[in-house]
Amino acid sequence: MSAILKAENISKQYRLGKVGTGTLGDDIKRWWYGLRGKEDPFLKVGGVNDRKAKATEDYIWALRDINFEVKQGEVLGIIGKNGAGKSTLLKLLSRVTAPTTGSIKAKGRIASLLEIGTGFHPELTGRENIFMNGAVLGMTKTEIKAKLDEIIAFSGCEMYIDTPVKRYSSGMTVRLGFAVAAHLEPEILVVDEVLAVGDAEFQKKAIGKMQDLSTGEGRTVLFVSHNMASIKTLCQRGLVLDKGMIDFSGEAIESVDHYLLNTKAIPKRENTISEDHRRQKTSKEFQIVKVRSLNENLQQDIPIIFHILIKKNSSLAVPISITGTIVNQSGFGIGSFFSDSIVVNNEEQWVDLKIPNHNLSPGEYYLNFSVANGSLKESNFIIFDQAFESIGFDVLQEKNSGIFIRWNKGWGDIHFDSKLGKYEI
Amino acid sequence: MLKKRNNNDWIYEISPKRKLIEFNFREIWQYRDLLVLFVKRDIVTVYKQTILGPLWYFIQPLFTAVIFTLIFNNIADIPTGNVPPFLFNLAGITAWNYFNESFTKTSNTFTANAGIFGKVYFPRVIMPLKTVIAGLFKFGIQLMILIVFYFYFLIRGFELSPNANLLLFPVYVLMMALLGLGAGMIISALTTKYRDLTVMVGFATSLLMYISAVPYPLSEVSHKVPSLAWVVQYNPLAQIIEGFRYMVLDLGVFSWSGFFYTLGVSVVLFLLGLVVFNRTEKNFIDTV
Repeated sequence: MSAILKAENISKQYRLGKVGTGTLGDDIKRWWYGLRGKEDPFLKVGGVNDRKAKATEDYIWALRDINFEVKQGEVLGIIGKNGAGKSTLLKLLSRVTAPTTGSIKAKGRIASLLEIGTGFHPELTGRENIFMNGAVLGMTKTEIKAKLDEIIAFSGCEMYIDTPVKRYSSGMTVRLGFAVAAHLEPEILVVDEVLAVGDAEFQKKAIGKMQDLSTGEGRTVLFVSHNMASIKTLCQRGLVLDKGMIDFSGEAIESVDHYLLNTKAIPKRENTISEDHRRQKTSKEFQIVKVRSLNENLQQDIPIIFHILIKKNSSLAVPISITGTIVNQSGFGIGSFFSDSIVVNNEEQWVDLKIPNHNLSPGEYYLNFSVANGSLKESNFIIFDQAFESIGFDVLQEKNSGIFIRWNKGWGDIHFDSKLGKYEI
Repeated sequence: MLKKRNNNDWIYEISPKRKLIEFNFREIWQYRDLLVLFVKRDIVTVYKQTILGPLWYFIQPLFTAVIFTLIFNNIADIPTGNVPPFLFNLAGITAWNYFNESFTKTSNTFTANAGIFGKVYFPRVIMPLKTVIAGLFKFGIQLMILIVFYFYFLIRGFELSPNANLLLFPVYVLMMALLGLGAGMIISALTTKYRDLTVMVGFATSLLMYISAVPYPLSEVSHKVPSLAWVVQYNPLAQIIEGFRYMVLDLGVFSWSGFFYTLGVSVVLFLLGLVVFNRTEKNFIDTV
């Protein structure tokens, strides 16, 4: 199906610091350039939207060159850290403010839900506010009238419907607001993190309603949330924003994984183990100093090899083994290994570890290591040191991956070997 | 901002480009229910949880008229012909109030509605429009008080009569609305960046009232301070107030040139306001 919404090169620039006073000079300069038919001089400057770095410029690109398309009936999840530009993007989509450059084209009415109960007046009754809110969101009176009973029932506020909203509990106000919004009938619905309110029962109802909208009625939804679980359940596609730019775009599950892994920012080539990697106090008689990987981009059928620098801090002459867990992007352990033993003689020694048949499906993973001695069976297992989230690696798509073109993350993290033939049962 | 194209093509386009005047009647018509609801909301909610309720609509102009009569007619001895000074003042205040309300409330459209404007899109011009329409309701009520006192003084034996100009009444209301809207929209656009004007509006309107011939007839200015009479004569508001009193009380002066001058100024100011408002509405949320 063709795109119902298309964003082309949209950027949004903001001025840092005090806006208002002191901009008169810039305003005049801008006007003077405009008058002579020249490009706005301030469009050429502007830093990257990085919250943590010190501002070096007066202007900042909250969004820069964003391009994406949404197809009819698709639910697109937009994720990113605070300040990545999600809300700015929503503001542009809902026409609250105009982009600095670029354009957004749509083949239908866009309704935006950046807030629950926009236009509610505390003095008006629930019923009056349904009309008010509905009209603000772009419904006509007849549309609202036709759906009034449904809205009231959905909100679960029948008893209070003729009471002024100022007497409502905050939960009731939200329910009423969402009930109106859920009965909107735009072709494209833009939703900000509004589901994070109400009790568990209501959230479930809200999520269900959102799913109905897209699957049942073919409505296109753009959904911003920090709740990765609801992104995964609601959305088919995902868009990860970082510092005002698109960082990743693809399947919703992949996008969430990418985002989660990126937030952790685990190095893939070499990592020096610090206290941050230890979850508990360790004796460090054998200390993990560094972890190194030479093949951060693995083919599926190539063994995983890591080099671990172990420092011996005691005169113990016991053999050690390396144990570890491979973790996927969502933070779930895929599997663990327990190596054979080795004796470390030198003060510092590189130990190589190989996982021959990993069977991992394409995707991003990371490793938690520990250095131990003894066996679990005899309950004399001692952990000398540990290194959580020590190093990451990518498993790439195999070139000849059989019948599928791309591994769908919904299929899981392990690609089992399988063979057809005659087998005894 | 919004372009209508043929069906197979994009319906909406959101881009930084803008036209000089963009008064999308089709879009406003689509949002007519919202306009009506806003007007209703404005009227209904103002005096909720007050004891006197809509009585406040009467109290304000009546008390102002009493004070004006006391100061300008009893103390300062400003003549009002054969019209009772109280009625003279009430007529002036009624007309002035409508402009004043339209102007003051429109002038903070962006700052007062930043909350709702920041969350949802609808044609922004709905807000000043609803102010002017809701003001019309208040104006109507205050007009009724004027009529009540009109008949009271008639019974008391004063010789009062309106004149043929009464037919121009709708035009006068329109001119007041256009002036209030135009000036208000310009101020509202400017206050998104420079807040100084919000402070100014308050005292500027009360000063404006004194050069708009509200508590005195136009003839009195040219009679007493001829050197500064032009300030009042070229003030479109003075023309409106004087014209309003002329048609209901048959008092003062009327000239077609003055009438068309006022109409012209109103339309120009309104269009100018619309241009400024349109330029602001797209990005004001970034600076407000």
